[in-house]
Amino acid sequence: MKRRGISDERLGWLLCAPAIAAMLLVAAWPVLYALWLSLFRYDLRFPGQRAFVGWDNYTSVLSSGVWWEAFLNTVLITAVSVSIELLLGMALALLLHRALFLRRTLRASVLVPYGIITVVAALAWKFAFDPVTGFINPLLGVDTAWLAQRGPAFLVIILTEVWKTTPFMALLLLAGLTLVPQDLLQAARLDGANAWQRFSRITLPLMKPAILVALLFRTLDAFRIFDVVFIQTRGAQDTETVSLVGYHALITRLNLGLGSAVAVLIFVCVIAIALVFIQGFGTALSEGEAER
Amino acid sequence: MKRMAAYPENAFWRLGSLLVIGCALLPVAWIVSLSLKPAADLNDGRFLPQAASLEHYRAIFGDAQFPAALWNSVGIAAIATLLAVLLGMLAAYAIVRLRFRGRRLVLGGALAIAMFPPVAVIGPLFDLWRSIGLFDTWIGLILPYMTFTLPLAIWILSAFYREIPWELERAARLDGATALQAFFHIIVPLAAPGVFTAAILVFIFAWNDFLFAAALTSTNAARTVPAAIAFFTGSSRFDLPTGSIAAASVVVTLPLLLVLLAFQRRIVAGLTAGAVKG
Repeated sequence: MKRRGISDERLGWLLCAPAIAAMLLVAAWPVLYALWLSLFRYDLRFPGQRAFVGWDNYTSVLSSGVWWEAFLNTVLITAVSVSIELLLGMALALLLHRALFLRRTLRASVLVPYGIITVVAALAWKFAFDPVTGFINPLLGVDTAWLAQRGPAFLVIILTEVWKTTPFMALLLLAGLTLVPQDLLQAARLDGANAWQRFSRITLPLMKPAILVALLFRTLDAFRIFDVVFIQTRGAQDTETVSLVGYHALITRLNLGLGSAVAVLIFVCVIAIALVFIQGFGTALSEGEAER
Repeated sequence: MKRMAAYPENAFWRLGSLLVIGCALLPVAWIVSLSLKPAADLNDGRFLPQAASLEHYRAIFGDAQFPAALWNSVGIAAIATLLAVLLGMLAAYAIVRLRFRGRRLVLGGALAIAMFPPVAVIGPLFDLWRSIGLFDTWIGLILPYMTFTLPLAIWILSAFYREIPWELERAARLDGATALQAFFHIIVPLAAPGVFTAAILVFIFAWNDFLFAAALTSTNAARTVPAAIAFFTGSSRFDLPTGSIAAASVVVTLPLLLVLLAFQRRIVAGLTAGAVKG
Protein backbone atom coordinates (compact mmCIF):
# COMPACT_ATOMS: atom_id res chain seq x y z
CA MET A 1 0.00 0.00 0.00
CA LYS A 2 1.18 3.49 -0.81
CA ARG A 3 2.16 5.63 2.14
CA ARG A 4 0.84 9.15 2.42
CA GLY A 5 1.82 11.71 5.06
CA ILE A 6 3.05 10.39 8.38
CA SER A 7 4.61 6.95 8.54
CA ASP A 8 3.03 4.14 10.55
CA GLU A 9 5.90 4.29 12.99
CA ARG A 10 5.41 7.94 13.87
CA LEU A 11 1.62 7.79 13.83
CA GLY A 12 1.73 4.74 16.08
CA TRP A 13 3.85 6.48 18.69
CA LEU A 14 1.72 9.61 18.39
CA LEU A 15 -1.53 7.72 18.99
CA CYS A 16 -0.08 5.78 21.90
CA ALA A 17 1.73 8.72 23.48
CA PRO A 18 -1.12 9.84 25.77
CA ALA A 19 -1.72 6.30 27.03
CA ILE A 20 1.99 5.68 27.55
CA ALA A 21 2.38 9.01 29.34
CA ALA A 22 -0.50 8.21 31.70
CA MET A 23 0.85 4.75 32.47
CA LEU A 24 4.33 6.12 33.12
CA LEU A 25 3.24 9.05 35.27
CA VAL A 26 0.44 7.54 37.33
CA ALA A 27 1.58 3.91 37.59
CA ALA A 28 5.26 3.32 36.79
CA TRP A 29 6.68 6.41 38.43
CA PRO A 30 4.75 5.98 41.71
CA VAL A 31 6.02 2.42 42.04
CA LEU A 32 9.60 3.58 41.58
CA TYR A 33 8.95 6.38 44.03
CA ALA A 34 7.53 3.85 46.52
CA LEU A 35 10.72 1.83 46.09
CA TRP A 36 12.74 4.97 46.83
CA LEU A 37 10.58 5.99 49.81
CA SER A 38 10.83 2.52 51.29
CA LEU A 39 14.55 3.13 51.88
CA PHE A 40 13.87 6.15 54.09
CA ARG A 41 12.64 6.79 57.56
CA TYR A 42 9.77 9.07 56.48
CA ASP A 43 6.82 9.72 58.73
CA LEU A 44 4.57 12.62 57.69
CA ARG A 45 3.85 13.37 61.33
CA PHE A 46 7.59 13.89 61.91
CA PRO A 47 8.82 15.12 58.51
CA GLY A 48 11.95 16.60 60.07
CA GLN A 49 13.27 13.14 60.94
CA ARG A 50 13.43 12.01 57.32
CA ALA A 51 16.63 10.02 56.79
CA PHE A 52 18.05 7.30 54.59
CA VAL A 53 17.87 3.99 56.43
CA GLY A 54 18.60 1.43 53.70
CA TRP A 55 16.82 -1.90 54.22
CA ASP A 56 15.71 -1.09 57.78
CA ASN A 57 12.03 -0.70 56.84
CA TYR A 58 12.04 -4.09 55.15
CA THR A 59 13.74 -5.67 58.14
CA SER A 60 11.15 -4.29 60.50
CA VAL A 61 8.21 -5.29 58.27
CA LEU A 62 9.54 -8.80 57.65
CA SER A 63 10.40 -9.38 61.29
CA SER A 64 6.97 -8.23 62.50
CA GLY A 65 4.14 -10.61 63.24
CA VAL A 66 1.66 -8.20 61.66
CA TRP A 67 2.98 -8.64 58.12
CA TRP A 68 3.23 -12.42 58.26
CA GLU A 69 -0.18 -12.83 59.82
CA ALA A 70 -1.71 -10.55 57.18
CA PHE A 71 0.18 -12.45 54.51
CA LEU A 72 -1.19 -15.80 55.71
CA ASN A 73 -4.69 -14.33 56.00
CA THR A 74 -4.48 -13.03 52.44
CA VAL A 75 -3.20 -16.36 51.12
CA LEU A 76 -5.99 -18.15 52.99
CA ILE A 77 -8.72 -15.85 51.65
CA THR A 78 -7.27 -16.03 48.13
CA ALA A 79 -6.83 -19.81 48.05
CA VAL A 80 -10.22 -20.66 49.54
CA SER A 81 -12.28 -18.12 47.62
CA VAL A 82 -10.60 -18.74 44.26
CA SER A 83 -11.02 -22.53 44.62
CA ILE A 84 -14.70 -22.18 45.46
CA GLU A 85 -15.14 -19.67 42.65
CA LEU A 86 -13.53 -22.03 40.15
CA LEU A 87 -15.93 -24.85 41.06
CA LEU A 88 -19.03 -22.66 41.25
CA GLY A 89 -17.92 -20.63 38.25
CA MET A 90 -17.54 -23.77 36.16
CA ALA A 91 -20.99 -24.98 37.19
CA LEU A 92 -22.42 -21.57 36.45
CA ALA A 93 -20.70 -21.42 33.06
CA LEU A 94 -22.17 -24.82 32.14
CA LEU A 95 -25.56 -23.60 33.31
CA LEU A 96 -25.31 -20.39 31.29
CA HIS A 97 -24.24 -22.43 28.29
CA ARG A 98 -27.04 -24.97 28.59
CA ALA A 99 -30.00 -23.22 30.14
CA LEU A 100 -32.86 -22.24 27.88
CA PHE A 101 -35.31 -21.78 30.74
CA LEU A 102 -35.37 -18.13 31.89
CA ARG A 103 -32.24 -17.61 29.80
CA ARG A 104 -32.38 -13.82 29.68
CA THR A 105 -33.26 -13.43 33.34
CA LEU A 106 -30.47 -15.81 34.28
CA ARG A 107 -27.85 -13.95 32.27
CA ALA A 108 -29.05 -10.64 33.62
CA SER A 109 -29.05 -11.72 37.27
CA VAL A 110 -25.54 -13.09 36.94
CA LEU A 111 -24.38 -9.56 36.13
CA VAL A 112 -25.89 -8.18 39.33
CA PRO A 113 -23.07 -9.18 41.70
CA TYR A 114 -20.52 -8.00 39.14
CA GLY A 115 -22.14 -4.59 38.75
CA ILE A 116 -22.78 -3.84 42.40
CA ILE A 117 -20.27 -1.66 44.25
CA THR A 118 -18.02 -3.89 46.39
CA VAL A 119 -18.50 -1.65 49.41
CA VAL A 120 -22.27 -2.02 49.05
CA ALA A 121 -22.05 -5.81 48.68
CA ALA A 122 -19.81 -6.01 51.76
CA LEU A 123 -22.26 -3.89 53.77
CA ALA A 124 -25.28 -5.89 52.58
CA TRP A 125 -23.71 -9.14 53.77
CA LYS A 126 -22.43 -7.49 56.94
CA PHE A 127 -25.96 -6.34 57.83
CA ALA A 128 -27.37 -9.74 56.87
CA PHE A 129 -25.04 -11.49 59.33
CA ASP A 130 -25.36 -8.81 62.00
CA PRO A 131 -26.72 -10.29 65.22
CA VAL A 132 -29.00 -7.28 65.76
CA THR A 133 -30.08 -6.22 62.27
CA GLY A 134 -29.57 -9.37 60.25
CA PHE A 135 -31.92 -12.07 59.05
CA ILE A 136 -29.35 -14.88 58.96
CA ASN A 137 -29.31 -15.61 62.69
CA PRO A 138 -33.12 -15.87 63.05
CA LEU A 139 -33.14 -17.96 59.86
CA LEU A 140 -30.54 -20.40 61.19
CA GLY A 141 -31.89 -20.22 64.73
CA VAL A 142 -28.46 -19.31 66.13
CA ASP A 143 -27.09 -16.37 68.04
CA THR A 144 -23.64 -15.84 66.57
CA ALA A 145 -21.70 -12.59 66.40
CA TRP A 146 -20.22 -13.58 63.04
CA LEU A 147 -17.86 -10.69 62.51
CA ALA A 148 -16.65 -10.63 66.10
CA GLN A 149 -14.82 -13.97 65.87
CA ARG A 150 -11.99 -14.88 63.59
CA GLY A 151 -13.31 -18.08 61.95
CA PRO A 152 -16.86 -16.91 61.27
CA ALA A 153 -15.52 -13.52 60.11
CA PHE A 154 -13.41 -15.27 57.48
CA LEU A 155 -16.50 -17.22 56.47
CA VAL A 156 -18.47 -14.02 55.88
CA ILE A 157 -15.57 -12.33 54.07
CA ILE A 158 -15.05 -15.31 51.78
CA LEU A 159 -18.78 -15.67 51.17
CA THR A 160 -18.97 -12.02 50.12
CA GLU A 161 -15.94 -12.35 47.89
CA VAL A 162 -17.32 -15.52 46.26
CA TRP A 163 -20.75 -13.98 45.75
CA LYS A 164 -19.29 -10.86 44.20
CA THR A 165 -16.77 -12.41 41.83
CA THR A 166 -18.05 -15.86 40.80
CA PRO A 167 -20.03 -14.30 37.91
CA PHE A 168 -16.86 -12.79 36.48
CA MET A 169 -15.10 -16.15 36.73
CA ALA A 170 -18.11 -17.84 35.12
CA LEU A 171 -18.17 -15.41 32.19
CA LEU A 172 -14.49 -15.96 31.50
CA LEU A 173 -15.02 -19.73 31.65
CA LEU A 174 -18.12 -19.45 29.47
CA ALA A 175 -16.03 -17.78 26.79
CA GLY A 176 -13.72 -20.81 26.83
CA LEU A 177 -16.67 -23.19 26.90
CA THR A 178 -18.22 -21.78 23.75
CA LEU A 179 -14.98 -22.53 21.90
CA VAL A 180 -15.34 -26.27 22.54
CA PRO A 181 -16.58 -27.76 19.24
CA GLN A 182 -20.10 -29.17 19.65
CA ASP A 183 -19.61 -31.90 17.01
CA LEU A 184 -16.76 -33.35 19.07
CA LEU A 185 -19.06 -33.66 22.09
CA GLN A 186 -21.82 -35.09 19.89
CA ALA A 187 -19.44 -37.68 18.46
CA ALA A 188 -18.35 -38.71 21.96
CA ARG A 189 -21.98 -39.00 23.00
CA LEU A 190 -22.66 -41.31 20.03
CA ASP A 191 -19.61 -43.35 21.02
CA GLY A 192 -21.28 -43.91 24.38
CA ALA A 193 -19.35 -41.47 26.60
CA ASN A 194 -21.43 -40.31 29.54
CA ALA A 195 -21.81 -36.66 30.59
CA TRP A 196 -18.93 -36.77 33.08
CA GLN A 197 -16.59 -38.46 30.60
CA ARG A 198 -17.44 -35.91 27.92
CA PHE A 199 -16.78 -33.09 30.39
CA SER A 200 -13.54 -34.42 31.88
CA ARG A 201 -11.99 -35.85 28.70
CA ILE A 202 -13.03 -33.25 26.11
CA THR A 203 -14.39 -30.03 27.58
CA LEU A 204 -11.93 -29.64 30.45
CA PRO A 205 -8.69 -30.18 28.47
CA LEU A 206 -9.88 -27.85 25.70
CA MET A 207 -10.75 -25.22 28.28
CA LYS A 208 -7.36 -25.26 29.97
CA PRO A 209 -6.19 -21.88 28.59
CA ALA A 210 -9.48 -20.21 29.56
CA ILE A 211 -9.26 -21.72 33.05
CA LEU A 212 -5.70 -20.46 33.51
CA VAL A 213 -6.64 -16.95 32.39
CA ALA A 214 -9.62 -16.90 34.75
CA LEU A 215 -7.50 -18.22 37.63
CA LEU A 216 -4.75 -15.66 36.99
CA PHE A 217 -7.17 -12.73 36.96
CA ARG A 218 -9.03 -13.86 40.03
CA THR A 219 -5.96 -14.86 42.04
CA LEU A 220 -4.30 -11.49 41.49
CA ASP A 221 -7.55 -9.74 42.26
CA ALA A 222 -8.24 -11.74 45.41
CA PHE A 223 -4.69 -11.18 46.67
CA ARG A 224 -5.33 -7.43 46.55
CA ILE A 225 -8.54 -7.78 48.61
CA PHE A 226 -9.24 -4.57 50.51
CA ASP A 227 -12.81 -3.27 50.31
CA VAL A 228 -14.61 -6.28 51.77
CA VAL A 229 -12.29 -6.70 54.76
CA PHE A 230 -12.14 -2.96 55.42
CA ILE A 231 -15.93 -2.70 55.51
CA GLN A 232 -16.68 -5.90 57.39
CA THR A 233 -14.00 -6.03 60.10
CA ARG A 234 -11.49 -3.20 59.44
CA GLY A 235 -8.93 -5.92 60.08
CA ALA A 236 -10.15 -6.67 63.61
CA GLN A 237 -10.25 -10.28 64.91
CA ASP A 238 -6.91 -10.86 63.16
CA THR A 239 -8.47 -10.70 59.70
CA GLU A 240 -6.10 -8.04 58.38
CA THR A 241 -4.89 -8.56 54.80
CA VAL A 242 -1.69 -7.21 53.22
CA SER A 243 -3.53 -4.39 51.43
CA LEU A 244 -5.03 -3.30 54.75
CA VAL A 245 -1.61 -3.34 56.42
CA GLY A 246 -0.29 -1.14 53.61
CA TYR A 247 -3.27 1.23 53.75
CA HIS A 248 -3.08 1.62 57.53
CA ALA A 249 0.66 2.28 57.50
CA LEU A 250 0.45 4.78 54.63
CA ILE A 251 -2.81 6.61 55.12
CA THR A 252 -3.89 6.04 58.73
CA ARG A 253 -0.46 6.32 60.36
CA LEU A 254 1.10 8.47 57.60
CA ASN A 255 4.30 6.42 57.82
CA LEU A 256 5.33 6.63 54.18
CA GLY A 257 8.66 4.86 54.64
CA LEU A 258 7.35 1.76 56.38
CA GLY A 259 4.12 1.77 54.33
CA SER A 260 6.09 1.91 51.09
CA ALA A 261 8.11 -1.11 52.16
CA VAL A 262 4.81 -2.98 52.65
CA ALA A 263 3.59 -1.73 49.26
CA VAL A 264 6.77 -2.93 47.53
CA LEU A 265 6.47 -6.34 49.21
CA ILE A 266 2.87 -6.66 47.98
CA PHE A 267 4.07 -5.71 44.53
CA VAL A 268 6.73 -8.43 44.67
CA CYS A 269 4.10 -11.01 45.74
CA VAL A 270 1.90 -10.03 42.80
CA ILE A 271 4.80 -10.38 40.36
CA ALA A 272 5.59 -13.80 41.83
CA ILE A 273 1.97 -14.95 41.38
CA ALA A 274 1.95 -13.66 37.79
CA LEU A 275 5.22 -15.45 37.01
CA VAL A 276 3.90 -18.75 38.35
CA PHE A 277 0.87 -18.47 36.08
CA ILE A 278 2.91 -17.42 33.07
CA GLN A 279 5.00 -20.54 33.63
CA GLY A 280 1.71 -22.45 33.68
CA PHE A 281 0.62 -20.86 30.40
CA GLY A 282 3.90 -21.92 28.83
CA THR A 283 3.40 -25.54 29.87
CA ALA A 284 -0.26 -25.52 28.81
CA LEU A 285 0.65 -24.08 25.42
CA SER A 286 3.48 -26.53 24.76
CA GLU A 287 1.23 -29.41 25.83
CA GLY A 288 -1.38 -28.13 23.40
CA GLU A 289 1.25 -28.02 20.66
CA ALA A 290 2.37 -31.56 21.44
CA GLU A 291 -1.20 -32.87 21.26
CA ARG A 292 -1.63 -31.30 17.86
CA MET B 1 -32.44 -25.91 17.93
CA LYS B 2 -31.76 -29.49 18.86
CA ARG B 3 -34.20 -31.39 21.01
CA MET B 4 -33.60 -31.13 24.73
CA ALA B 5 -32.33 -34.17 26.62
CA ALA B 6 -34.33 -36.29 29.03
CA TYR B 7 -36.75 -34.68 31.46
CA PRO B 8 -34.83 -35.16 34.75
CA GLU B 9 -31.76 -33.48 33.29
CA ASN B 10 -33.97 -30.64 32.16
CA ALA B 11 -35.43 -30.22 35.63
CA PHE B 12 -31.91 -30.21 37.06
CA TRP B 13 -30.87 -27.27 34.88
CA ARG B 14 -34.11 -25.41 35.64
CA LEU B 15 -33.61 -25.83 39.36
CA GLY B 16 -30.04 -24.61 38.95
CA SER B 17 -31.21 -21.52 37.08
CA LEU B 18 -33.69 -20.63 39.79
CA LEU B 19 -31.09 -21.18 42.49
CA VAL B 20 -28.57 -18.91 40.76
CA ILE B 21 -31.13 -16.15 40.17
CA GLY B 22 -32.13 -16.37 43.83
CA CYS B 23 -28.55 -16.21 45.14
CA ALA B 24 -27.61 -13.35 42.84
CA LEU B 25 -30.57 -11.20 43.82
CA LEU B 26 -30.76 -12.03 47.54
CA PRO B 27 -28.40 -9.32 48.90
CA VAL B 28 -29.93 -6.71 46.61
CA ALA B 29 -33.42 -7.56 47.81
CA TRP B 30 -32.13 -7.46 51.39
CA ILE B 31 -30.57 -4.01 51.09
CA VAL B 32 -33.71 -2.65 49.40
CA SER B 33 -35.79 -4.14 52.20
CA LEU B 34 -33.52 -2.61 54.87
CA SER B 35 -33.69 0.79 53.21
CA LEU B 36 -37.50 0.72 53.35
CA LYS B 37 -37.83 -0.41 56.95
CA PRO B 38 -38.90 2.36 59.34
CA ALA B 39 -36.16 3.13 61.89
CA ALA B 40 -38.06 1.31 64.62
CA ASP B 41 -38.19 -1.92 62.59
CA LEU B 42 -34.52 -1.99 61.51
CA ASN B 43 -33.63 -4.55 64.13
CA ASP B 44 -36.64 -6.84 63.76
CA GLY B 45 -34.52 -9.53 62.09
CA ARG B 46 -37.03 -10.07 59.31
CA PHE B 47 -36.04 -10.31 55.68
CA LEU B 48 -39.02 -8.33 54.42
CA PRO B 49 -40.22 -5.00 55.83
CA GLN B 50 -43.53 -5.06 57.71
CA ALA B 51 -44.20 -1.46 56.70
CA ALA B 52 -42.45 0.64 54.09
CA SER B 53 -41.17 4.13 54.70
CA LEU B 54 -39.02 6.53 52.69
CA GLU B 55 -37.59 8.22 55.79
CA HIS B 56 -34.03 7.01 55.17
CA TYR B 57 -34.10 8.33 51.61
CA ARG B 58 -35.32 11.69 52.86
CA ALA B 59 -32.59 11.65 55.51
CA ILE B 60 -29.69 11.04 53.10
CA PHE B 61 -30.89 13.63 50.61
CA GLY B 62 -31.57 16.10 53.42
CA ASP B 63 -27.95 15.84 54.56
CA ALA B 64 -25.13 17.61 52.68
CA GLN B 65 -22.80 14.60 52.55
CA PHE B 66 -24.60 12.15 50.30
CA PRO B 67 -25.72 14.50 47.49
CA ALA B 68 -22.14 15.85 47.34
CA ALA B 69 -20.70 12.34 47.17
CA LEU B 70 -23.19 11.34 44.49
CA TRP B 71 -22.25 14.36 42.39
CA ASN B 72 -18.53 13.61 42.89
CA SER B 73 -19.01 9.97 41.92
CA VAL B 74 -20.98 10.75 38.77
CA GLY B 75 -18.66 13.55 37.65
CA ILE B 76 -15.37 11.80 38.43
CA ALA B 77 -16.43 8.46 36.95
CA ALA B 78 -17.84 10.11 33.81
CA ILE B 79 -14.74 12.22 33.11
CA ALA B 80 -12.38 9.32 33.86
CA THR B 81 -14.42 7.11 31.51
CA LEU B 82 -14.34 9.68 28.74
CA LEU B 83 -10.58 10.10 29.01
CA ALA B 84 -9.77 6.40 29.35
CA VAL B 85 -11.91 5.48 26.35
CA LEU B 86 -10.43 8.29 24.27
CA LEU B 87 -6.82 7.32 25.06
CA GLY B 88 -7.75 3.66 24.68
CA MET B 89 -9.29 4.25 21.25
CA LEU B 90 -6.16 5.92 19.93
CA ALA B 91 -3.80 3.33 21.40
CA ALA B 92 -5.90 0.33 20.34
CA TYR B 93 -6.08 1.67 16.79
CA ALA B 94 -2.31 1.91 16.65
CA ILE B 95 -1.95 -1.59 18.13
CA VAL B 96 -4.37 -3.27 15.74
CA ARG B 97 -3.67 -1.35 12.56
CA LEU B 98 -0.15 -0.01 12.52
CA ARG B 99 3.16 -1.82 12.40
CA PHE B 100 5.31 0.07 14.81
CA ARG B 101 7.79 -0.85 17.48
CA GLY B 102 5.82 0.60 20.41
CA ARG B 103 3.09 -2.06 20.16
CA ARG B 104 4.74 -4.45 22.54
CA LEU B 105 5.56 -1.68 24.98
CA VAL B 106 1.94 -0.50 25.15
CA LEU B 107 0.48 -4.00 25.40
CA GLY B 108 3.08 -5.05 27.96
CA GLY B 109 2.51 -1.89 29.97
CA ALA B 110 -1.23 -2.42 29.89
CA LEU B 111 -0.84 -6.01 31.03
CA ALA B 112 1.47 -4.96 33.87
CA ILE B 113 -0.95 -2.27 35.04
CA ALA B 114 -3.88 -4.68 34.95
CA MET B 115 -1.99 -6.79 37.48
CA PHE B 116 -0.93 -3.83 39.59
CA PRO B 117 -1.83 -3.77 43.28
CA PRO B 118 -3.33 -0.27 43.70
CA VAL B 119 -2.09 -0.19 47.29
CA ALA B 120 1.46 0.01 45.87
CA VAL B 121 0.80 3.44 44.37
CA ILE B 122 -1.48 5.14 46.92
CA GLY B 123 1.45 6.16 49.14
CA PRO B 124 3.43 8.02 46.47
CA LEU B 125 0.25 9.52 44.97
CA PHE B 126 -0.87 10.64 48.44
CA ASP B 127 2.50 12.30 49.02
CA LEU B 128 2.67 13.88 45.56
CA TRP B 129 -0.97 14.98 45.44
CA ARG B 130 -0.56 16.74 48.78
CA SER B 131 2.48 18.64 47.62
CA ILE B 132 1.03 19.73 44.26
CA GLY B 133 -2.47 20.44 45.53
CA LEU B 134 -4.31 17.51 43.91
CA PHE B 135 -5.22 15.83 47.20
CA ASP B 136 -8.98 15.78 47.73
CA THR B 137 -9.73 17.09 44.23
CA TRP B 138 -11.59 15.57 41.25
CA ILE B 139 -8.44 15.49 39.14
CA GLY B 140 -6.64 13.63 41.91
CA LEU B 141 -9.06 10.72 41.45
CA ILE B 142 -9.67 11.06 37.71
CA LEU B 143 -5.98 10.51 36.93
CA PRO B 144 -5.62 7.15 38.70
CA TYR B 145 -9.02 5.91 37.48
CA MET B 146 -8.17 6.83 33.92
CA THR B 147 -4.80 5.14 34.13
CA PHE B 148 -5.89 1.97 35.84
CA THR B 149 -8.78 1.43 33.44
CA LEU B 150 -6.62 1.96 30.36
CA PRO B 151 -5.71 -1.75 30.07
CA LEU B 152 -9.40 -2.69 30.11
CA ALA B 153 -10.20 -0.03 27.51
CA ILE B 154 -7.26 -0.96 25.27
CA TRP B 155 -8.05 -4.69 25.41
CA ILE B 156 -11.76 -4.40 24.75
CA LEU B 157 -11.27 -1.87 21.97
CA SER B 158 -8.51 -3.90 20.30
CA ALA B 159 -10.73 -6.97 20.40
CA PHE B 160 -13.58 -5.04 18.77
CA TYR B 161 -11.30 -3.31 16.27
CA ARG B 162 -10.04 -6.68 15.04
CA GLU B 163 -13.59 -7.53 13.93
CA ILE B 164 -14.00 -4.38 11.87
CA PRO B 165 -13.91 -4.73 8.05
CA TRP B 166 -10.76 -2.71 7.53
CA GLU B 167 -11.01 -2.92 3.72
CA LEU B 168 -13.34 0.05 4.03
CA GLU B 169 -10.57 2.05 5.59
CA ARG B 170 -8.11 0.97 2.95
CA ALA B 171 -10.60 2.01 0.26
CA ALA B 172 -10.99 5.41 1.89
CA ARG B 173 -7.22 5.85 2.08
CA LEU B 174 -6.81 4.88 -1.57
CA ASP B 175 -9.47 7.47 -2.38
CA GLY B 176 -7.22 10.07 -0.86
CA ALA B 177 -8.27 10.24 2.80
CA THR B 178 -5.49 10.55 5.35
CA ALA B 179 -5.14 7.93 8.06
CA LEU B 180 -6.74 10.28 10.57
CA GLN B 181 -9.67 11.07 8.27
CA ALA B 182 -10.21 7.38 7.61
CA PHE B 183 -10.12 6.76 11.34
CA PHE B 184 -12.67 9.38 12.31
CA HIS B 185 -15.08 9.00 9.38
CA ILE B 186 -15.03 5.28 8.72
CA ILE B 187 -13.75 3.48 11.77
CA VAL B 188 -15.22 5.44 14.66
CA PRO B 189 -18.85 4.81 13.62
CA LEU B 190 -18.12 1.10 13.08
CA ALA B 191 -16.35 0.87 16.41
CA ALA B 192 -19.15 2.59 18.34
CA PRO B 193 -20.58 -0.58 19.94
CA GLY B 194 -17.11 -1.56 21.20
CA VAL B 195 -16.50 1.93 22.48
CA PHE B 196 -19.81 1.85 24.30
CA THR B 197 -18.99 -1.50 25.92
CA ALA B 198 -15.57 -0.27 27.00
CA ALA B 199 -17.16 2.87 28.42
CA ILE B 200 -19.64 0.92 30.56
CA LEU B 201 -16.94 -1.35 31.99
CA VAL B 202 -14.55 1.54 32.68
CA PHE B 203 -17.37 3.47 34.33
CA ILE B 204 -18.16 0.49 36.57
CA PHE B 205 -14.51 0.32 37.67
CA ALA B 206 -14.37 4.01 38.55
CA TRP B 207 -17.81 3.92 40.17
CA ASN B 208 -16.83 0.87 42.24
CA ASP B 209 -13.41 1.98 43.47
CA PHE B 210 -12.94 2.43 47.18
CA LEU B 211 -9.19 2.27 47.86
CA PHE B 212 -8.13 5.36 45.86
CA ALA B 213 -11.16 7.28 47.09
CA ALA B 214 -10.41 6.39 50.70
CA ALA B 215 -6.73 7.29 50.37
CA LEU B 216 -6.82 10.39 48.17
CA THR B 217 -9.88 12.29 49.40
CA SER B 218 -10.93 13.56 52.79
CA THR B 219 -13.95 15.87 52.44
CA ASN B 220 -17.14 16.42 50.46
CA ALA B 221 -15.03 18.20 47.83
CA ALA B 222 -14.09 14.94 46.12
CA ARG B 223 -15.16 12.02 48.31
CA THR B 224 -17.08 9.54 46.17
CA VAL B 225 -20.04 7.42 47.22
CA PRO B 226 -18.20 4.20 48.22
CA ALA B 227 -15.91 6.17 50.53
CA ALA B 228 -18.76 8.31 51.82
CA ILE B 229 -20.85 5.24 52.66
CA ALA B 230 -17.91 3.52 54.32
CA PHE B 231 -17.22 6.55 56.49
CA PHE B 232 -20.86 7.49 57.21
CA THR B 233 -21.16 8.28 60.87
CA GLY B 234 -24.23 7.85 63.00
CA SER B 235 -25.29 9.76 66.06
CA SER B 236 -22.57 8.06 68.09
CA ARG B 237 -19.28 6.60 66.99
CA PHE B 238 -20.40 3.05 67.57
CA ASP B 239 -23.80 3.41 66.03
CA LEU B 240 -23.81 2.52 62.33
CA PRO B 241 -26.58 4.45 60.56
CA THR B 242 -27.88 1.25 58.97
CA GLY B 243 -30.97 2.77 57.38
CA SER B 244 -29.08 5.64 55.75
CA ILE B 245 -26.36 3.31 54.49
CA ALA B 246 -28.96 0.98 52.99
CA ALA B 247 -30.82 3.83 51.30
CA ALA B 248 -27.59 5.30 49.89
CA SER B 249 -26.59 1.84 48.66
CA VAL B 250 -29.87 1.42 46.82
CA VAL B 251 -29.56 4.86 45.21
CA VAL B 252 -26.11 4.07 43.80
CA THR B 253 -26.89 0.46 42.88
CA LEU B 254 -30.22 0.45 41.08
CA PRO B 255 -29.44 2.86 38.21
CA LEU B 256 -26.25 0.99 37.38
CA LEU B 257 -28.05 -2.36 37.51
CA LEU B 258 -30.64 -1.08 35.05
CA VAL B 259 -27.88 -0.05 32.64
CA LEU B 260 -26.22 -3.45 33.09
CA LEU B 261 -29.42 -5.31 32.41
CA ALA B 262 -30.27 -3.19 29.38
CA PHE B 263 -26.89 -3.84 27.80
CA GLN B 264 -26.11 -7.28 29.19
CA ARG B 265 -25.11 -8.81 25.84
CA ARG B 266 -22.51 -6.17 25.13
CA ILE B 267 -21.14 -6.30 28.63
CA VAL B 268 -20.70 -10.06 28.55
CA ALA B 269 -19.00 -9.72 25.17
CA GLY B 270 -16.74 -6.98 26.50
CA LEU B 271 -15.78 -8.83 29.67
CA THR B 272 -14.74 -11.91 27.78
CA ALA B 273 -13.22 -10.16 24.76
CA GLY B 274 -9.98 -9.21 26.45
CA ALA B 275 -9.46 -12.60 28.03
CA VAL B 276 -10.09 -14.73 24.98
CA LYS B 277 -8.58 -12.71 22.20
CA GLY B 278 -5.99 -10.70 24.11
